[in-house]
Amino acid sequence: MRRPRLALVAGIAGLALAGCGSSGSGGTAGGTASTSPSSSASVSGDITVLAAASLTGSFTTLGQQFEAAHPGVQVTLSFAASSALATQITSGAPADVFASASSTTMDAVVAAGAAASPTTFAKNVMEIAVPPANPGKVTGVSSLAGTAVKTALCQPQVPCGSTAQKVFTNAGVTVTPVTLEPDVKSVLSKVQLGEVDAGVVYVTDVLAAGEKVKGVEIPADVNASTSYPIAALTKSANAATAAAFVQYVLSPAGASVLTAAGFQQP
Amino acid sequence: MTGARTSVREPAGRPPASATLSRRERERRSVTGVGARSAPLPLLVPALVAVAFLVIPLAGLLIRAPWANAWEVLHGSQVAEALTLSLWTSTLATAISVVVGVPLAWVLARTDLPGLRLVRALVTLPLVLPPVVGGVALLLAFGRNGFLGQFLDQWFGITIPFSPAAVVMAETFVAMPFLVVTVEGALRSADRGFEEAAATLGARRLTVFRRVTLPLVMPSLAAGAVLCWARALGEFGATITFAGSFPGRTQTMPIAVYYALETDPDAAILLSLVLLLVSVVVLVALRDRWLRGGAAP
Repeated sequence: MRRPRLALVAGIAGLALAGCGSSGSGGTAGGTASTSPSSSASVSGDITVLAAASLTGSFTTLGQQFEAAHPGVQVTLSFAASSALATQITSGAPADVFASASSTTMDAVVAAGAAASPTTFAKNVMEIAVPPANPGKVTGVSSLAGTAVKTALCQPQVPCGSTAQKVFTNAGVTVTPVTLEPDVKSVLSKVQLGEVDAGVVYVTDVLAAGEKVKGVEIPADVNASTSYPIAALTKSANAATAAAFVQYVLSPAGASVLTAAGFQQP
Repeated sequence: MTGARTSVREPAGRPPASATLSRRERERRSVTGVGARSAPLPLLVPALVAVAFLVIPLAGLLIRAPWANAWEVLHGSQVAEALTLSLWTSTLATAISVVVGVPLAWVLARTDLPGLRLVRALVTLPLVLPPVVGGVALLLAFGRNGFLGQFLDQWFGITIPFSPAAVVMAETFVAMPFLVVTVEGALRSADRGFEEAAATLGARRLTVFRRVTLPLVMPSLAAGAVLCWARALGEFGATITFAGSFPGRTQTMPIAVYYALETDPDAAILLSLVLLLVSVVVLVALRDRWLRGGAAP
């Protein structure tokens, strides 16, 4: 009695595996077939773009503009820490484009064979965000030393965390944060809520938050920058549209959206 | 809830071996399926699919675990800090839940105070509320700018978020309803005869509670406390929202697993296995009280 049951289970599992396999290979075949021409005729269908949290505002705009330029195309955007997105991609998350906030995270994705030949499209520098009333009386990086000022930073593996650490090294201060947040937008929201006295975020985040936070600039001689690479993913099921989106971000139109958001050109 | 209510009853014994049953009983059982050694395929196949679905991910953990250098990986990661923090915060959260949750369960089960139905709905809400929503709510109430937290800050200079106290609060918020529901169910189904006898013999209400009621529901209280503790140990959403994450101070095991997956997947797998082991121990401890309670007739 036991053997037939096991056979049945194995059969179901086999069917499920076969199903996955065929859809996967079909997608890849379709992708490679339509890679070569970059004419707008082949740009259609849906793409999923995974982008660093700091790109939330600018990539939402870029996605809308890209959709407007290519009727019928739908861009689904997902924002998170670059390191979290890189883990998702290397674990097989279905996506078409990856825009990272550091070359380190992009390199990890390239090394895993999930992306090839990334192009840097922007640069960003850090700024200290404080609540409008500035309860911690933060005037510069040195104000963050010690534990008197409650500071929120990103996790060290997240680009905004590692770049903030470079700033502290440059300035020669040791900062003991109260929390290490999953991504830069979480740091910003803790500042907006007034739960921390300061957060080290990107210049672009302070700009995007408007009146809700105040920015305390970090002088150029101690500031650190991170570069933003973008690449179409090798497992993309819609490689033509993915490549077109990457081209759009790199185009003058894309650059103007990014510059308006406070990003620097690479 | 039904599980909670029935869990107080003595677990049903296994059905006696069929050899000792009468012929009629054997025939009856062969139709209803009680104690049968076979099952119809339309029930058996989905049941096996369900088992496979629940067991395969656990097997995945075991198969992918880096057994060879497990010790170095665990030793190098922040596992000790995170585990210590998780253990003491969830134990403290359970203790707080017992101290205030058992009286609450008694009030819910034994009194007829006005508005009790609403209170019951409100205090069991965290059972179904997404934990991250609980975290946001805690932040807005007890945060530095929260409607209570701002007074704590102004008057006493106390700020709760991003401290181990915040971890304990988040865990208590999410886990206490498990204890309250379990103990309330036990109180409702407990035999009132003993309490009435004690009262007749002149015992005051508090004495009855302490000497009669509490010993009666003790097994359920223990089961509820273990469930509460396990839930607190696994707390993630409310904790990371309200307490943030800093190694050694507010980074509990589940949060450590989450971040380790980005930086050191091997450590994440091993940390997960540690939590899996703890969960298995909890299940073994509970196997009679909770699991079979639900199956009792």
